[in-house]
Amino acid sequence: MKVADHAERSRIFNKDVDRVDWHDETLWFVRGKRDKTIHQIPEWEELRNTASQIKAHTLSNLHYYLQEFEKNATANGVTVHWAKDGAAHNQIVLEILKKNKINQMVKSKSMLTEECHLNHFLEENEVEVIDSDLGERILQLAKDTPSHIVLPCIHMKKEEIGELFHEHLGTPAGNADPQFLTAAARESLRNTFLNFKAALTGVNFAIAETGEIVVATNEGNADMGVHLADVHIASMGIEKLIPQRKHLGVFLRILTRSATGQPITTYSSHFKKPGAGKEMHIILVDNGRTRQLGRADFRNSLKCIRCGACMNTCPVYRRSGGHSYHNVIAGPIGSILAPNLDMKEHADLPFASTLCGSCSNVCPVKIDIHDQLYKWRQVIVKEGYVDPAKKVAMEVMAKALASPTLYRLAGKAARTTLKYAPFVVNNKFNAWYLHREMPEVPKSSFGEWYQKNRKNND
Amino acid sequence: MTSRDEILAAVKQNQPELIDLPALDLFFETENPSDIASFSKVLEAIGGKAYEVNDYSEIIAQIKYDFLLEGKRVVSDLPEFSAIAKPYTGTDNHELADVELMILPAHFAVAENGACWISSELFADPIMPFIPQHLILIVKKENVVATMNQAYALIATKDYAYAAFIAGPSKTADIEQSLVLGAHGPKSMKVFFV
Repeated sequence: MKVADHAERSRIFNKDVDRVDWHDETLWFVRGKRDKTIHQIPEWEELRNTASQIKAHTLSNLHYYLQEFEKNATANGVTVHWAKDGAAHNQIVLEILKKNKINQMVKSKSMLTEECHLNHFLEENEVEVIDSDLGERILQLAKDTPSHIVLPCIHMKKEEIGELFHEHLGTPAGNADPQFLTAAARESLRNTFLNFKAALTGVNFAIAETGEIVVATNEGNADMGVHLADVHIASMGIEKLIPQRKHLGVFLRILTRSATGQPITTYSSHFKKPGAGKEMHIILVDNGRTRQLGRADFRNSLKCIRCGACMNTCPVYRRSGGHSYHNVIAGPIGSILAPNLDMKEHADLPFASTLCGSCSNVCPVKIDIHDQLYKWRQVIVKEGYVDPAKKVAMEVMAKALASPTLYRLAGKAARTTLKYAPFVVNNKFNAWYLHREMPEVPKSSFGEWYQKNRKNND
Repeated sequence: MTSRDEILAAVKQNQPELIDLPALDLFFETENPSDIASFSKVLEAIGGKAYEVNDYSEIIAQIKYDFLLEGKRVVSDLPEFSAIAKPYTGTDNHELADVELMILPAHFAVAENGACWISSELFADPIMPFIPQHLILIVKKENVVATMNQAYALIATKDYAYAAFIAGPSKTADIEQSLVLGAHGPKSMKVFFV
């Protein structure tokens, strides 16, 4: 079955004009907050450079750092697991729970477990999972998926959430006040925290030198889950490592400023050893990351610290919504990560960009996102994954651009066609036109205009 | 071959040639403010509040002014608050679910982001800063650093089971970006410099 591509999905999102405008303006406002806060840090660019270099170094020495991390975490009393892919990761989680005779787990935000489809797997195996991040809890109740890595339910309106809470949490019908709805979720989830014996968290940073992991939240949900449970499972991609604790001094200065414009998240929690009588597990997941590490052009995408700044600034993301990207991670960064996971299914994503470069400009670890989007396009065309109609058009254009005579002729033909018979171009059989508005037709080409006017001015 | 060996072999094969690790020295050259007033301004902007006081009696007076504690549970292991709070001596941390106000010490504060550093050896259980309805942290006046680089210079080699930076009350803006204080943890967070 063919998955609807980004353009098709964007068209659906764009049917609700008011919602698109709200989405666009809200994310641009978050981008504005980011700008305001970073301008207060004189050494901001040095922080970005250093963060990027620390990540480059770590990736170039990852074989050593993974083993150092494993050794130190084990010495701290933590059990370290390795998972080649999502299925292996999910199986490890299930086995830990089974061994402890636990069938309920509370989970804080983890894009990795979304990538592995953990919730679905555990539910099939009769484990109840409750997401504790408010945005993710809302999505879980709505049977929906995150459309943004930091603001997971940014595509929803408060009235829809009010309706959802009325149905599931028994709040009064018609109440859509964010303060009131948050209080209702707080009460319901507090009960979960106090009763569930296992907690799973994501990982923002893992320190090779100390074997500890760091989790950043604003809500405090990771800590409420972990400290009240008997078993803590932390799932992380192997690219989350950094060499030493002191390097957090760089990353924690840039992460939240880039994400939401806050100076830091409310909680930056450092989990090093399990509490007395408790268990702590860390699962190191590959799931395609070693393959991406081997692609010299795309390796830098593994530097990502998941701040979401590239999404907030992207003119395409803001106006097409996260679900248009049909990938767990949407936006510019998702579009360079997704083809590594499944090039055929995500062949459209590197084309869902204007290549304006704003993503690369805001990226706190200086990933060359727009260059990688451009490079993926070439890989995807070469591998034959591009839409056949687009491929033919590209080949014709390449020929025309290579020959001056053909180019002049084609230009003249196009101007005549667009003027007298626009329907030849503007029809549903032209894959290229579908995504564009044609400009008004000029009377002559620049070449013709120049020939004529230069003589007049001589 | 185990998954571990397979992953490590793939990493070894695919990682690029060694790139140098950058030094962090330049982040100690910039002059950034490290005064209580700068800290307080940032903390207020993120929903918290800071006070500079002369002694513990001033803190207790301020607490009595800010909170109605009649019939409410106040917990602190600090002997200075024995008049209004009881220490936590239980063994099951779920018993702390009904705490209205928790008063805890913190190691130091960070001026650039309104955060305070706490670690597990400061109090009986790591849930203590998260579970109360309201949180107060006590910091010595001289213990303010400018930036996170300076903060990590202090704690680079410290051992702990659990530690955290806490900056303000628990919060969320997941519903239409409307800021709400008190997501799962404390609805308010105050820092007293004494």
